[in-house]
Amino acid sequence: MISKDLIIIGGGPSGLCAAKTALESGLSVLIIERNPNIGGQLVKQTHKFFGSKEQYAKTRGFDIAKKLISDLEGFSNLEILAETSVVGLYRDRVVTVLHQDKYLRYQAKSIIVATGASEKFLAFENNDLPGIYGAGAIQTLMNNFGVLPGSDVVMIGSGNIGLIVSYQLIQAGVNVKAILEAAPKIGGYKVHASKVARLGVPILTSTTVKKAFGDTELKAIEIVSLDEKWQQIPDTSRKMEIDTLCISVGLSPMHQLLSMIGAKTKYVSELGGFVPVIDENHQTTVQSVFVCGDAVGIEEASSAMMEGYLTGIYISIHLNTAHPKADDLIKYYKEQLNMLRNGPFGIKTKIGLNKLKEGMQDA
Amino acid sequence: MLNTNGVPTLNQVLSRFPDKKALIHPKAILECYEDIPCNPCETSCPFNAIIIGENINTQPKLDVSLCTGCGICVTSCPGLAIIVAQLVGDKAVFKIPYELLPLPKKGDIWHGVNRNGDVICDAKIESILANKKQDHTALITVSVPSLWIHEFVTIREKNE
Repeated sequence: MISKDLIIIGGGPSGLCAAKTALESGLSVLIIERNPNIGGQLVKQTHKFFGSKEQYAKTRGFDIAKKLISDLEGFSNLEILAETSVVGLYRDRVVTVLHQDKYLRYQAKSIIVATGASEKFLAFENNDLPGIYGAGAIQTLMNNFGVLPGSDVVMIGSGNIGLIVSYQLIQAGVNVKAILEAAPKIGGYKVHASKVARLGVPILTSTTVKKAFGDTELKAIEIVSLDEKWQQIPDTSRKMEIDTLCISVGLSPMHQLLSMIGAKTKYVSELGGFVPVIDENHQTTVQSVFVCGDAVGIEEASSAMMEGYLTGIYISIHLNTAHPKADDLIKYYKEQLNMLRNGPFGIKTKIGLNKLKEGMQDA
Repeated sequence: MLNTNGVPTLNQVLSRFPDKKALIHPKAILECYEDIPCNPCETSCPFNAIIIGENINTQPKLDVSLCTGCGICVTSCPGLAIIVAQLVGDKAVFKIPYELLPLPKKGDIWHGVNRNGDVICDAKIESILANKKQDHTALITVSVPSLWIHEFVTIREKNE
């Protein structure tokens, strides 16, 4: 058994930021990442980010990943295990992993689960045809591997991811025929919507996909208009010939590892589904096991980073090796988070976090 | 409608334009119609002409008298929501952000496109600026007939 002060499960923006403040506090840190590269979803993001300079605004996502990774250089007590899957997590903070066909066991004084989120999928006839992708897969193909997913695409979902991936598809030379949105209004930032609208992409609200056609691969879809009760309106269905359908209908926090060890979860729709109940220091109901980033509520990467920095500091205090600037930094990052959540899009998160707080009182 | 198809109304667009007298000089048009947490336009402006303030969810406001139309905010805006507009005789001259390949060449005639994505006029490419600071967002200077001052927003290659 190998011992560490802190094991961080997930090397995305939140996990990397937590590693930074924990390392600055003198803790030994192991980051476990399932993918070959750390950086999480940031490595696929080719657009410039929002926020303020504290969240690397106007920097492209993959460059933010490089910055966060370079912030960890020079710490001798950091170990990173990439291409490594956690196969077991136990209440005594034992983590078992599969790394290059080897089964390894670690134990840590403290754990951070920063596993991020998984994509929601949509039920419709023939939704398993080749040519139907989640938005994350499209981004991996295009932006990690330089592979075009197809030539004629329809996007389902007008949240920020749906809008951004549509724009990236156009940049890659793909014809985006339409963006469908089941709700009566566009879900994401309107600046992203305007960006694709002026490139001639129709955004069809109150519209969804009914069924897909094709024997061995996607050839066409049937789309249909929805009324205000989300019911299909008769005689409004029409066919669109496409070879690629991209589904971007939201994200779910990845709480499963925490559920394995019996951490209490609560369903909070504003945060994206089941999320672990946490105290004000991001500690779950299992002693010394913490969580941050999308795993505890779907937000932007900017918020995930701020939560990460905070959680690393909370752990330094928890392990009696408080970060040298703990008080100032906690105040600072809390202010940053509060600022990010201070607009109409952040209200949802604030409501969700309050509901989560009530969950802790019941725990 | 902005909320349903991403296209702002003419009234929304007009609310971001200074009067025609001011447009003798180039001025930034800040087409940010929603309170989102973002402020690179404000921090990038060398002349303090863009004001957001402490709450970064506030929509930016332009101090028209301070704006020089330099275009730094155009390539700093992550939402590509800023253009610079100027009236020069019978021409409307714009600086727009552009992130598609191929880039146009100086002297090319491309399509002028409105906010709905429709081709509305010819657009003459006056210059292309693409330096490292802009981080792959090119700043294209383009001229169109002045009657399109409130409609033109981007360009499209003609052979498409």
